Amino acid sequence: MTKPVDGCVKPSKGPIIDETQTDLLSTQPVVKEKPKMTARVGKPAPDFELSAFQEGGFKNVRLSDFKGKWIVLCFYPGDFTFV
Amino acid sequence: MGVEVVAISTDSRFSHKIWQEEELSKMVPGGVPFPLLSDQGGRVGTLYGVYDEDAGVDIRGRFLIDPDFNLRAMEVLTPEVGRNVTELIRQVKAFQIVRAEGVVTPSGWQPGKPTLTPGPDLAGKVWKVWKVDSAF
Repeated sequence: MTKPVDGCVKPSKGPIIDETQTDLLSTQPVVKEKPKMTARVGKPAPDFELSAFQEGGFKNVRLSDFKGKWIVLCFYPGDFTFV
Repeated sequence: MGVEVVAISTDSRFSHKIWQEEELSKMVPGGVPFPLLSDQGGRVGTLYGVYDEDAGVDIRGRFLIDPDFNLRAMEVLTPEVGRNVTELIRQVKAFQIVRAEGVVTPSGWQPGKPTLTPGPDLAGKVWKVWKVDSAF
């Protein structure tokens, strides 16, 4: 039996931006905009996919996988912090 | 209450594994029952306005999302002050009753306290049903 291979680096998609929001036909020169805060109360939550540790294993988790449930999203400064 | 918890920091998933095994499992038997996500580079923290570029970490931010995937509440603190879980639970219960019953919860509302039904009849008459003491 072969063990699942998991390299040191596993890319995840990160922020998932709705493609329809960008005007692909625009003739304007492409300027790479600095990413900014898009989270607003009363508006759809910004979606993303990140690698995660859960139940003893590594996997990628997409926030919208939990759509249909109440979700509490908690950011924290670091593992092993005190507060 | 039926709430999914998702935790995110800029640590690697390997760090998450060791933290769960070495420390969290000593606070919560079996470890915390939710995923620990890795936001290396702070790309997701930036979208939520919690990425501190100088420190290179996502600061303490908490976001409540409803079943339609709309953001309902947010709280962001600098790292020295911890969260108030009781207040988070109160907000979840408030948003759940608002969603289920179409009412609103006035300042100081706690589960079991009266809600309000907005409408023309209530305009100018809130003083009759809500006192300053109700805020505490």
